Formats: sequence, C-alpha cells, structure tokens
Amino acid sequence: MNLAIRDIRYHRGRFVLTSIGLGLLLGVVISMGGIYRGLIADALAILNANKADIWVVQQGTNGPFAESSRIPEEIRYRIAAVPGVAAVSPLAFQTIQIERSGKPFRFFLVGYDLNGFGGPPAIIAGRNIGRKHYEMVVAKSMKVDVGEKLRLGHNEYTIVGISENIVSSGGDPAAYVTLADAQEIQFRKSNHAIRNERAKTGASVAGNKSISPQQSELLKQNIIATNEAIHTVNTVMVRLAPGADLPEVQGMIGRWNHLRAISDAEQTAILAKGMIEKARMQLGLFRVILLIISGVIISLIIYTSTLDKIRVIATLKLIGSQNRVIIGMILQQSLLMGILAYGIGYLLILLTYEKFPRRIVLEAFDLQSLFVIVMAICVISSFVGIRKALKIEPAEALGG
Amino acid sequence: MYAIEVDKLTKIYGKGETSVTALQDASFTVRPGELVAILGPSGSGKTTLLTCIGLINEPTHGRVVIDGTTVADGGWNGGIDLKRMRREKLGFIFQAHNLIPFLTARENVMVALEINGLARNDAKKRSTELLNALNLGHRMNNYPTALSGGESQRVAIARALANRPRVILADEPTAALDTENGKNVMDLLKKLAVENNSAIMVVTHDHRMVENFDRILEVSDGRICAEKTSHGGTKV
Repeated sequence: MNLAIRDIRYHRGRFVLTSIGLGLLLGVVISMGGIYRGLIADALAILNANKADIWVVQQGTNGPFAESSRIPEEIRYRIAAVPGVAAVSPLAFQTIQIERSGKPFRFFLVGYDLNGFGGPPAIIAGRNIGRKHYEMVVAKSMKVDVGEKLRLGHNEYTIVGISENIVSSGGDPAAYVTLADAQEIQFRKSNHAIRNERAKTGASVAGNKSISPQQSELLKQNIIATNEAIHTVNTVMVRLAPGADLPEVQGMIGRWNHLRAISDAEQTAILAKGMIEKARMQLGLFRVILLIISGVIISLIIYTSTLDKIRVIATLKLIGSQNRVIIGMILQQSLLMGILAYGIGYLLILLTYEKFPRRIVLEAFDLQSLFVIVMAICVISSFVGIRKALKIEPAEALGG
Repeated sequence: MYAIEVDKLTKIYGKGETSVTALQDASFTVRPGELVAILGPSGSGKTTLLTCIGLINEPTHGRVVIDGTTVADGGWNGGIDLKRMRREKLGFIFQAHNLIPFLTARENVMVALEINGLARNDAKKRSTELLNALNLGHRMNNYPTALSGGESQRVAIARALANRPRVILADEPTAALDTENGKNVMDLLKKLAVENNSAIMVVTHDHRMVENFDRILEVSDGRICAEKTSHGGTKV
C-alpha cells in the first residue's frame, strides 16, 4: 500500500494548492532560463542569419554590434580583392524609435546592398525590396501591414514585405532598407544643420587671407563635400571561398591598420559572453535564489506535514513498521509535489511564453537539468521531515 | 507456556537525584486466552508496565518473556528484532483508536498486514474477513472521520488482531466510549481472547469494566499491590 499516495488522495485539495504555488515559482525559474536562452538567440540572430565568415570593423573596436564601428564604404572593393574572399557585403544599421499611433515604436534598421547579402530572412508576405529607394521589409513582430508607410529621416518608406521574425541583440525587431537608404537615414544631417555648417565653413574659409577667393571657394566646396558624405558603413561582411584559410584572410585584412577582421566565432563570443554576460549572471543569480526559496518552501511543507502526522508515524512504528515505510512515505510525497509543481510551472510557461515581451527559448537540456535539480531539492528538503519522523517515539501513539 | 512472563520488572526514568522509579519489581504471568486488567490511579505505573511489555520502553531491570522469547533481561535482549516482535507477536489498541486518518477502515487493517509482509490481495481478503466478523462490513470503505467512536475502536481491534498476535495490549480502550460501547468492546475482547487464544492485557481505571476480566493486577506507586481473580480471590 502506498501511504504517500493515500495521504495525498485524502488531502488532495491542500496538496494541489501547495503544488500550484510551488509550480508558479518554478514557472518563474523556467521562464528565466528561457529568457536567458532568448537573450543569446536574439544576440546571435542577425549574426546567424547573415552567415558571414568575417566581420570587418573599425580598428580597436568590438563592432559592429557590441561597439560602434564606422568604416568607409569603398573599403569593400579592397577587401573583395583579398585572396580567399568569395563575397563581401556592407551593412549599415541603427536602432530607431519613432512614434506610431501615439506609442513608442522601436526597431532595428538594417541597410544592405541589394546585390550582396545580409538582407531579410524568408519573406512571408508581400515581396523583397526591389527598388533602390524608399522600400522597406519588416519583421512580422513589428505588426505593420504591407502597404503601410513609415516616415524615417527626410523620407517616407513603404512596407513592401513582411519577413520571418528576426531581432537585434537588444531584442528589437529588425526592418530592412537598401544600404543607400540606411546611410541616408543614419548619416544625412537635417537641412538646418547643413545650412548652419555650410555657413560656418564658408565663414571660416573666407577668413583665411593667405589664399585667393577662387581657392577659398574650392576649399569650401571640398570641405562641405567631405562633411556631408554619407558613404560610411558599420561593417563589411566577408564570405570565404571554399578552402580559404580563415586566420590568413583575417591577417591580410587586418594589415590595413584602420580595420579589424573579426571571425564569426569571435563575433559570437563577443556577443554571447560580452554583451549578455551581466544579464546572464543576473538571471542565473535569480534562478539560484528562486531555487533556494523553492527548497525552503518544500522543506517547510514537508516538515509541517510530518508534524501533522506525528501520531500516524508513532502508530506505524508501534505496529512494527520498518523505517523505510516511513521514509518512503515522506520522500515520495516530496518528490510527487516536485513533479506536480514542475509540471504546472512548465505548462504555465508553455501556455504563456509567446506573450512575453522578450523571446523565451525553452531548450530540452535546460528543462531536463532543472527537473533533475528540482528532484534533488525535493530529496534534500525531505531530509528535515525524515529526520523528525525518525525521532518520533512509538510511545507517542499512546495516551488520549 | 505463558504468553507473557514478567519477573522483577523495574523501570527508572532519569539518573541520579532526579531519577523517578515508575515501576518496581513487577512480577506476573499471563496465559494464552487470558484477559487481564491492569488497574490503578493515574501515575501509578500502568502505562509504563504496558509499554515495557509492548517493547516500547526499555526496562531498567528485570526480565520480560513474550511467547517463550526473552525480549528483555536487564535491558533489551540485543539479539531480538523489537520491531519484528511487535509486528508478529503483539497487537495494540489505543484509547483514541489511532486509526490513520487518510486510510479507509479496510486500509487501516491492511496496513498492519502489509507491513508484516502479506501480499496485497491476501491482506485485503484477511482485513475484509476481520471487519465482517466485527460487523463492520458496511463501513469498510469509510474513512475514520465517518465512523462512530465504537466503530473506530472495533476497526482498531481488527487492526490489532490482523497478524494473529499472541499478545494484545490495550491502553484504556473504553475511555473514550460511552458505557454501552465500552461494554461492547470489552465483550468483544473477551470473546477474541478465547477464540484466538491470545493473552489480552488492558490498562484501565474504569472500575465498571472489572467484571469482564479473568484477573486484575492493581498497581499503585509503581508496584503491583494486589492481584484479584474473577472468582473473587485476592493475593496481596
């Protein structure tokens, strides 16, 4: 006869309610693991989608995602000429926050070369960008319809397609425009600023009495052209030819002293270990604290339940019950509570994870590990109850 | 062979100046099928005597023999598995019946049988027979909260009898019952003692019940001060 099951059956209301409470706590623990995995998945989403072997960025930076990086666009042609390079494609991106329907509307704008790679993943509605200007493809999670228009910078952009969900390392949904449009949005100054700078440059050059007015005008035109140039990108992605040696190609690109060539593996490490390290530690610490709280709660429940059963245990001992029967009853109750609570927590997250503002990624390994940890906590927590039970004297069954 | 032999049984609680002698030099025997009462006021040592015979309290001095096995001789006999002895040779009945609240009447009887190693189906069969014999067939699937005091005590008796013990020890089994139910329980114990050839020792201070016993051991200040038989004989 399974005494644990019999006790649970008799006190099922109390047992289920306690398990639900514990399940909610474990649900939070599961969700935190999912958030952590989501952070990693988000951080690596654009990296993985582009399938680049090397990310060429500004020297001395960990760009383009972890730090700001700006390099001239034309460097792409020099990189393409490096032996072992099969294809290059520049990218320009920035996080944009505009107002839409009276609410903040935030997304990650990626500008890519239509003839290169780095564009949106699979299009699920509408079409890909076909014109050089003013067309946009957005991720599904932006909840924008095909045909809608968004005003960015000086111009209005028409949504021509919806892509599968893809987000930035910050978790913002991605939107795609052409490289030229992205450069325009990111680097083009406002008309007021341009007017002011032109006036300032003109005044500065005019003040130089050592050159002729013609030379002064020419100098002014050159300075303005340099200042207003927008042919800058944040990174140039490189794909290697089959058989190319990665470190060798990296070395050759790095020889230009104003560039840094980061391999895809290094970029993954920068993003996974650098950018989200603190978030990982924070979530990890929360998980540990919550698991300790769960352990304390299970211990208290099991201990209280053992106190409630002092006379039952004393009676069992008096009629000659072996210790294993009593230990089994307490241990099984603890484990059953853990299993039920884990199931409730898992179900809760399974039903709600899509409603979380940030991505929750539930991995089988994480879930299995947590289950094993919960079971271990249940076993350890039941020790306090078992210790109490073993100390109960059969004589306590006597008396009124 | 006696079911119970007690020789110069002494129980002292504590040590030194604070020690209390709860029982001193108690000696008696109980035959199989005999119904014996231990009578005395509160604090006289009745329950201590019962717990020493019931292998719950270790005697300080003296000898206890249950069904021919010496279980204590100046302390426990180290070679004896006390739990096993309790399972196989002893049955207990309590004042408050001590039924396990989350088990039905039948399961309360079955648990004693399964603890003793009986297979589930056999345990179920035996417990059903016992409860039917005690007129509790209609209450088999009821939890203790749904049973009356008398019914609960009869289930407790069924549990005590489940493993066909040689000795049944009862601690105030009628204290929580009204006169009629108390009398029914005593009649039942008397019948069972004869039918099962079990020695039954009952701790009580209920003088209304004394006529039911074959023998009465009167305990006072830790000593057996008188021994009476149902025929009226007295030994002091």
